Amino acid sequence: MTTRPLPQDPMVRAIITQARQAQLNRRTLLTGAGAGASALALAACSPAGAQGKPTPAADESATDKSLNWANWAAYIDEDDDGNYPTLEAFQKESGIAVDYEVAVDDNNTYYGKVKDQLALGQDIGADLVCLTDWMIARWIRFGYAQEFDHGNIPNIANLTPSLRDVDFDEGRKFSLPWQGGFAGICWNKEAVPGGLASVSDLWQADLKGRVGVLSEMRDTVGLIMLENGVDISGKWGDDEYSEAIELLRQQVADGQIRNIKGNSYLEDLKSEDTLAAICWSGDITVINAEAGDKWEFAIPTAGGTLWNDNFLVPIGSPRKANAEALMNYYYEPEVAAEVAAWVNFITPVVGAKEAAAAIDPELAENQLIFPDEETLSNAYVFRALDGAEEQKYQAEFQSILLGS
Amino acid sequence: MAFAAFATAEAQTQAPKRKSRIALFLLLPGIAYLVLFFLAPLISLLLTSLQAPREFGDIGQFDYAFNWQNYTAVIQGYLPHILRSFGYALASTVLALIISYPLAYFIGVKARRRPMLQGLMLVLVIAPFFISFLLRTLAWKQLLSDESFVITSLKALSLMAPDAHFTGTPFAVIFGLTYNFIPFMTLPLYTTLERLDTRFLEAGSDLYASPFTVFRKVTIPLSMPGIVAGTLLTFIPAAGDYINASRDFLGGTETQMMGNVIEANFLVLLNYPAAAALSIILMAVILVLVGVYVKRSGTEELL
Repeated sequence: MTTRPLPQDPMVRAIITQARQAQLNRRTLLTGAGAGASALALAACSPAGAQGKPTPAADESATDKSLNWANWAAYIDEDDDGNYPTLEAFQKESGIAVDYEVAVDDNNTYYGKVKDQLALGQDIGADLVCLTDWMIARWIRFGYAQEFDHGNIPNIANLTPSLRDVDFDEGRKFSLPWQGGFAGICWNKEAVPGGLASVSDLWQADLKGRVGVLSEMRDTVGLIMLENGVDISGKWGDDEYSEAIELLRQQVADGQIRNIKGNSYLEDLKSEDTLAAICWSGDITVINAEAGDKWEFAIPTAGGTLWNDNFLVPIGSPRKANAEALMNYYYEPEVAAEVAAWVNFITPVVGAKEAAAAIDPELAENQLIFPDEETLSNAYVFRALDGAEEQKYQAEFQSILLGS
Repeated sequence: MAFAAFATAEAQTQAPKRKSRIALFLLLPGIAYLVLFFLAPLISLLLTSLQAPREFGDIGQFDYAFNWQNYTAVIQGYLPHILRSFGYALASTVLALIISYPLAYFIGVKARRRPMLQGLMLVLVIAPFFISFLLRTLAWKQLLSDESFVITSLKALSLMAPDAHFTGTPFAVIFGLTYNFIPFMTLPLYTTLERLDTRFLEAGSDLYASPFTVFRKVTIPLSMPGIVAGTLLTFIPAAGDYINASRDFLGGTETQMMGNVIEANFLVLLNYPAAAALSIILMAVILVLVGVYVKRSGTEELL
């Protein structure tokens, strides 16, 4: 059987490659024709994983003035009618019609939804997505992100210096921070009047069964490692990780930790199932506004974790230049200040603090939105993990979450 | 009556003999649907469950292989979760049956003379469906949280230890499963009990059987199709449920069921073969259990 060049369509290519792998020649295909073969072909549509790296789609931004942006809920300024003021201003200014979609509610589920199309280099229906550091690292490693043309993003000069050279994307070739935040500890001010200072304070006897921790491995284990004196941004290995995991396992087994949750940990704080927790900075501002000023957030004395959600252009998007125009717009300090004032997370844009001071001086002093050097010096970014480490460490963490 | 029964029996034996192209043609959409949405995913699942990790591959990268060790690995690693799933499903099925049977009996038999009451009660059984399953489960979580009225009252009455919890315990998960599947148990029971011929019950009493004996020897056998259908409709989805046991709803780290393990393996660990193998095991075990159950309750003809 002579090998012919593969057709252009990525889906057809994938089917043919799969069929060749399964060593199906014409005769077996014909004998198995009908239901069986079609079922097999359909089943083969799901790729086993990226064989090589997909190639970026051709940019049609010059003719196609539209953009699809997938983001998290409550992550952009919104007025009472449900419009996005800064985004509307951008559409007017640039003539690009933006379809803003709240499509991401969890890094893992979003990845589960789009991974097969990404592996085939197809358009996932979003030209710009915002995902967390570690997930971005995976996309870059797998070649699922398009390289930026920094010439189209002159405002990149406004990026906070400490975020310019992150270990998963040196020189920010594939990603740009959108908003960031701290993970730290919080407590119910009525139930814990003395407050908490460190992660170890969560293990005190009178909080037994009333402590919650996050199901985000890098935040929960990261904070415990910091408490153990490990610099999570630096070099550390299995021993440091295991030490933290064993402590966590012990606290879960002893019943000190009530539950391990994602975003829904806020429900437990509100219902007072948990009185203290490992939590995210911006959330506490939000529930204090929603349910009475009852909770306080602090970065533990031994340090908190700092994470960012980053812009990324998926490999199959044909509108990269439009996406770059939008990122450039949101790196204007005035625009960044307007967004930060609404979402309560940390903006990565230099000059936004000054711009915010002009709108509301009190806001510019909020350390959780515009942290100064001192606050930032106590916040650490969890170092990038390679594939094998991610697999091993996640498996250990999940074994606690799933119990036995 | 007798003639009618004879006629249908004859029609039934004759039917398969006539080959009808139209019948085949009418079957096509159904067959295509099953091939597309059942057979193809099933084959895909089976192939995935046998994949092996790519050499020097990154997280989530696997190649087609015949790696049957995936099955032994997940059974070894997750046996407690497998047993727990079926244990919880069994407990909630039994509880749902105990709660639903008197309810269905009342609606279907006692309330026959009062159609308004019958209709109203049926609406009440179905009403929870008007609200999303997720919202109802979340509502229970809030209602039974540590500082809720129910739990603080139980603690004040010393019926619960002062430092005990409800959410995150096996009781909470079984409670949630039972609550969520009660309508699936009640409705099939109601449909069989609604047709129960009460003259049989009278006949039983006339023959000096005690009410309990009448119930055991007449009512239960006559309502068997409803019991079998109801328990199957409860047990099968309950065994695979991952909402109630989820840490975000009523469960905790010690109540995780197979569905939660599959979810974690698929979405977080990107261990697709393990997730697929667990799904196949779940399907196979349910198939065997249900087969044995249907056979033993001797109700193939009633189904």
